[in-house]
Amino acid sequence: MSKQRIVVVGNGMVGHKFIDTIIGNDETKYEVITFSEESRLAYDRVQLSYFFSGKTAEDLALTDAAYYEENGIKFVLNDKVVDLDFDNRNVITASGRVESYDKLVLATGSYPFVPPIPGNDQEHCHVYRTIDDLEDITKSGETSKTGVVIGGGLLGLEAGNALVNLGVETHIVEFAPRLMAVQLDDGGGALLKRKIEDLGVHVHTEKATTEIVAGKTSRYRMNFADGSHLETDMIIFSAGIRPQDELARKTGIPIGERGGIVINNHCETGVEDVYAIGECALWENFIFGLVAPGYQMAKVAAAHMHGDSETEFTGADMSTKLKLLGIDVASIGEVHGKTPGAQSYTYHDEIEQVYKRLIVSADGTKMVGAVLVGDVEAYGTLLQLKLNDMNLPANPSVLILPSSGGEEAAGMGVDALPDTAAICSCFDVSKGDIKNAVAAGCCSMGELKASTKAATGCGGCSALAKQVLDSELASLGFEVKKDICEHFAYSRQELADIIRVKKIKTFSALLDDCGSGLGCEICKPAVANILAAYWNEYVLEDAHVGLQDTNDNYLGNMQKDGTYSVVPRMPGGEVTPDGLIVIGQVAKEFNLYTKVTGGARVDLFGAQLHELPTIWKKLVDAGFETGHAYGKSLRTVKSCVGNTWCRYGVKNSIGFAIDLENRYKGLRSPHKVKFGVSGCTRECAEAQGKDFGLIATDGGWNLYFGGNGGMRPRHGDLFASDLTDEQVRTYVDRIYMFYIRTADRLQRTSVWLENLEGGIEYLREVIINDSLNINAELEAEMDNNVANYQCEWKTTIESPEKLKRFKHFINSDEGDSKLAFKIIRGQRFPLAKEIEITELV
Amino acid sequence: MDMTSSNTNWTDICPINDLTPDAGICALYNEQQVAIFLCKQTNSVYAVGNFDPFGEANVLSRGIIGSTEDITYVASPLYKQRFNLATGECLDSEEHKIKTFNVRIENEQVQLKEAS
Ligand SMILES: Cc1cc2nc3c(=O)[nH]c(=O)nc-3n(C[C@H](O)[C@H](O)[C@H](O)COP(=O)(O)OP(=O)(O)OC[C@H]3O[C@@H](n4cnc5c(N)ncnc54)[C@H](O)[C@@H]3O)c2cc1C
Ligand code: HEM
Ligand code: SF4
Ligand code: SF4
Ligand code: FES
Repeated sequence: MSKQRIVVVGNGMVGHKFIDTIIGNDETKYEVITFSEESRLAYDRVQLSYFFSGKTAEDLALTDAAYYEENGIKFVLNDKVVDLDFDNRNVITASGRVESYDKLVLATGSYPFVPPIPGNDQEHCHVYRTIDDLEDITKSGETSKTGVVIGGGLLGLEAGNALVNLGVETHIVEFAPRLMAVQLDDGGGALLKRKIEDLGVHVHTEKATTEIVAGKTSRYRMNFADGSHLETDMIIFSAGIRPQDELARKTGIPIGERGGIVINNHCETGVEDVYAIGECALWENFIFGLVAPGYQMAKVAAAHMHGDSETEFTGADMSTKLKLLGIDVASIGEVHGKTPGAQSYTYHDEIEQVYKRLIVSADGTKMVGAVLVGDVEAYGTLLQLKLNDMNLPANPSVLILPSSGGEEAAGMGVDALPDTAAICSCFDVSKGDIKNAVAAGCCSMGELKASTKAATGCGGCSALAKQVLDSELASLGFEVKKDICEHFAYSRQELADIIRVKKIKTFSALLDDCGSGLGCEICKPAVANILAAYWNEYVLEDAHVGLQDTNDNYLGNMQKDGTYSVVPRMPGGEVTPDGLIVIGQVAKEFNLYTKVTGGARVDLFGAQLHELPTIWKKLVDAGFETGHAYGKSLRTVKSCVGNTWCRYGVKNSIGFAIDLENRYKGLRSPHKVKFGVSGCTRECAEAQGKDFGLIATDGGWNLYFGGNGGMRPRHGDLFASDLTDEQVRTYVDRIYMFYIRTADRLQRTSVWLENLEGGIEYLREVIINDSLNINAELEAEMDNNVANYQCEWKTTIESPEKLKRFKHFINSDEGDSKLAFKIIRGQRFPLAKEIEITELV
Repeated sequence: MDMTSSNTNWTDICPINDLTPDAGICALYNEQQVAIFLCKQTNSVYAVGNFDPFGEANVLSRGIIGSTEDITYVASPLYKQRFNLATGECLDSEEHKIKTFNVRIENEQVQLKEAS
């Protein structure tokens, strides 16, 4: 049988998806040829804006010439298809090329709509659709001080962000009364506007531009219908998209009243053997301006050509969740009150700048739509409720109210979802699919990703997918595995026991003893942490260096741009004026961003790898030690001044805080540990919010344990009252080591305590009454740790061998030339991407 | 360093002793940042681009080496995406791939060459 010849017009995201799918179906059956008007093969338009944060055209590419050639796909770039000849089944291109087809696929996408404003075609007026457009915008940006985006929809805000990144003063001009008019209601739009203005972007709503003329202070002046005007050096039009249906119009393929190539459920157009897919296609009078529905169409069309007419396109959900200019925004279902009788719940927190609105049916049982700005945590639950048309809980407001401890009440629990519930929309994976995968033996996220592809696209569904997986495993009676990773069939606690009992000193010895493979980013840092907690060897010993998490590895926290923070220890938050001056001098010399942190000390940010040793040399010479801000270890002991200065103080909280910090500094543990010491019950040091908290009373110290700030705040439980300094030290020694022995990887003391069978009572039995008969051991282990303390930075700067690693390049003294900074409030900040179109989880 | 060396020649980077066992270092090669890893257990050297396409920073040399089944990979120190050290493929996203380089040890020197 001779091959079917398929011509694909347009090699955009959807055209490429189609090609990929059809050759996947059976490459021997088809001969594919594709044309693109652009100069490159398909690239990821969704991620287009990353172009401004350093991604190249190559990074964005979805495919390359080699892949096409390997699979026998012919492609012609830079050549637009200008005519179709249905009688002879030919396509004709601008360069005069004629190619015949058996099946024709139109995947021509859309083009940006530029409003017919006089003056809209000047040199520095742009659109925002292709890589070429972005290259032009960058060029204009170099000679511009101000820039305007016309259009305040999704894309307009992305374009606005691009202008911000180019460093020009940015304005957004919107014709409608609110931003993102399609997705948001008035309240959501207003809050979004406020948030964007807080970022220094000027937003002008209800402005209709009438003309663009020469400017007085800038290159251009935009005159508005209301008589006002705005001066700018460049303009980006983002006033919506129109389906690219030029070919269809010219050749008589039926199109919709307002454009778009009409298709049926198989993506067939009104002309035989001609299909249309993606943004150029009009299905039931609807254009889908998102990539996922386009991908669905591509699959449907490929299936239909392959003889499968069961698979149909039946519409797609247009709910969206995005991060625009760093602000979380989501919209689900219908939000403009077009549903008769619909009622709504609104939660508006002006302080935290959160806006949530839930629209429900007239009888209050079903969800109609929702808008979320500033906090989109509820998106997953709400989307499932809507997509599956599930019944709302009796009191729907809990769905948008901030959770107050009882988190389960707000969520709906994955068990309530029907099997048809779409969990991953990128790869069309339903709850049923996950169930089947589990039944077929899949037990981990890794296996689930491999077998279903769920959570491997935008990643937005990974938390939900994991929940479904765990609940399925649990319902099948599997014990959810506690193994730390594939290299060790043990939990952290078991590994800690093995290391302690067998006196194992290195990772490779442990691997030989009870592991397999090379290890990974999960087990290596966890084991390094246990080794450090028991043997307290220098963490940059050769045997340990490759195990450390980034932060430990270079003795600083890696920041988002690859630079490090420098945090000298200031026990109890106490620092001499001379010490402070040295910190100031170092910060100034190396141009480090300087901040007083919530941990009561001074952090310096933005140090490059090769600068760290010099910086620390100066600090160590001035008497400072490392603050271990990088380790899972003791952070800070926060304290008030107590009875040394305070009128109310009953004990010397600052003196005791410094003692404690010096005793436990550097100690590695399953998670970071913080202390607080207050000089009286007024509790100025917020000690109850720390892992270990001490509050002075007339009778002595009250010791609290298991407090926690962070994501889920918790007050510590009162462990014992009226203790002497010595008793506090003994109890803390024991509790601390007991925690280190038995906690899970990355388990905070609060969670450890909550999971400890018998709770605080049991802990008292062990620690005060020695019910397990281990206190002598625990104390000896702690004493060993305290005796072996070293300032890791001091050791490092004294070792030329170790310092070799603190260079960006092993073979050059240069630094990382890619680093870029901007000055805000007189200090240096990384010039980083602010916008993330989809979040990587 | 010889910046004019053509892509077909091996270029000396540093003595083998400059590599840290089971960890990475970064080298400057033909104006590119290259992360070089020495895996002691399998006695192999790997070289890949230093740029992390997710975090968008030059940091991969500072990641942790790991393995899953037969694949040896580096996990980015920023957001932990894993890259196959032999092929440059990202294990967590099909769409991302980093560059690889040919690397060998010759006369106690680590040498690099563009992958063909
Ligand atoms: C900045 C930006 C951000 C976006 N963000 C998101 C997002 O977060 N989520 C989301 O779901 N979607 C997003 N989108 C939309 C998404 O990119 C589109 O839905 C998707 O690209 C549509 O794919 P397509 O193949 O239909 O069209 P396109 O990708 O536009 O491809 C069509 C191609 O056909 C070519 N062509 C047209 N006519 C001809 C002809 N006659 N001859 C030859 N070639 C021709 C065009 O030059 C083009 O290369 C975004 C779009 C932009 C611009
Ligand atoms: C890479 C990620 C992180 C970085 C770079 C970071 C950085 C910091 C820094 C520099 C401080 C000041 C501490 C000091 O002076 O020692 C701090 C404090 C704090 N961090 Fe983090 N942190 C990170 C992750 C987290 C996470 C995930 C949580 C919550 C679970 C958290 C909770 C806190 C809290 C509550 C404080 C205040 C401490 C106090 O007041 O005692 N941090 N963080
Ligand atoms: S906790 Fe008490 S002692 Fe400490 S500062 Fe507050 S009032 Fe003074
Ligand atoms: S709260 Fe902590 S983790 Fe979050 S941005 Fe601030 S420092 Fe980073
Ligand atoms: S929804 Fe699953 S990866 Fe995007």
